[in-house]
Amino acid sequence: MGTWSLDFISDMEKMRREMDRFLDEFGSSSWTFPFSKTSFLPGRAARGYPLLNIGEDNDNFYIDALAPGVDPKTLDVSVTQNQLVISGEKTALLSSVEAKAIHRSERSAGQFARSMTLPFDVNSEKVQATYQDGLLKIILPKAEVAKPKQIRVSVT
Amino acid sequence: MAEKTTTDIQATPRTGKTLATREENRYMVPPVDIYETDNALAVIVDLPGVHKDGVDIRVDQDILTIKGKIRYQPPKNQIRGEFGLMDFFRQFQLSDEVDQEKITAESKNGVLTITLPKAEKAKPRQVKIKVG
Repeated sequence: MGTWSLDFISDMEKMRREMDRFLDEFGSSSWTFPFSKTSFLPGRAARGYPLLNIGEDNDNFYIDALAPGVDPKTLDVSVTQNQLVISGEKTALLSSVEAKAIHRSERSAGQFARSMTLPFDVNSEKVQATYQDGLLKIILPKAEVAKPKQIRVSVT
Repeated sequence: MAEKTTTDIQATPRTGKTLATREENRYMVPPVDIYETDNALAVIVDLPGVHKDGVDIRVDQDILTIKGKIRYQPPKNQIRGEFGLMDFFRQFQLSDEVDQEKITAESKNGVLTITLPKAEKAKPRQVKIKVG
């Protein structure tokens, strides 16, 4: 019974993720600005921000997040086993500028958090993160158990 | 400050001069905020993946051109790809109000801030602005 309910929950989770992905790809692209891919749009896109590119090799995961204008002090990356959470705040520069008029406001700002389930456990002690030119780069070393083992085949 | 690129071909007389300032390659349009204060206009541009050295800002024939050269290598063996980056390009038509000599720019965390001080009189000239 226990295993059945776990399966059910993970299936629902999978379905929700599929729906999110579907909406990301088809729902929003047809009616937004051309730069909506790079800009932070609270409400609609806050959960899908920042956008990620993920690569992997035998030892590491490489995650790049597109997050321009984030105050590095607010930027937070946390990892537990295979769960990654990126959060931070994109700062509105308006507070520092005494604006008489706003002619354009396309960039938008606010707090964001995105969580991501990785296909393997990672060694959370050795995660590296750097933030440069508006790109957050994270290197997550895979846990020993998750690394592929080379098995030599002896031919007889 | 009016948007310059592609949208208003009919509005500008076809002198050939305007066309020379346009970008020929494919590009992305960066999102922009423009604020006005008593003394200046502030143009704030999101340019993720663009290093300070890759920013090119010019004022030519009262057109402010912002270019950003992407310096980004996506991770190898991608298992998920949500964004791609191309060079950025955007243009704005400046009014007489801006003192083109005194434009300054600053780049930080992938965000470019251009300050355009207001002037009494407009003097047409070509200016190359250094990015600090």
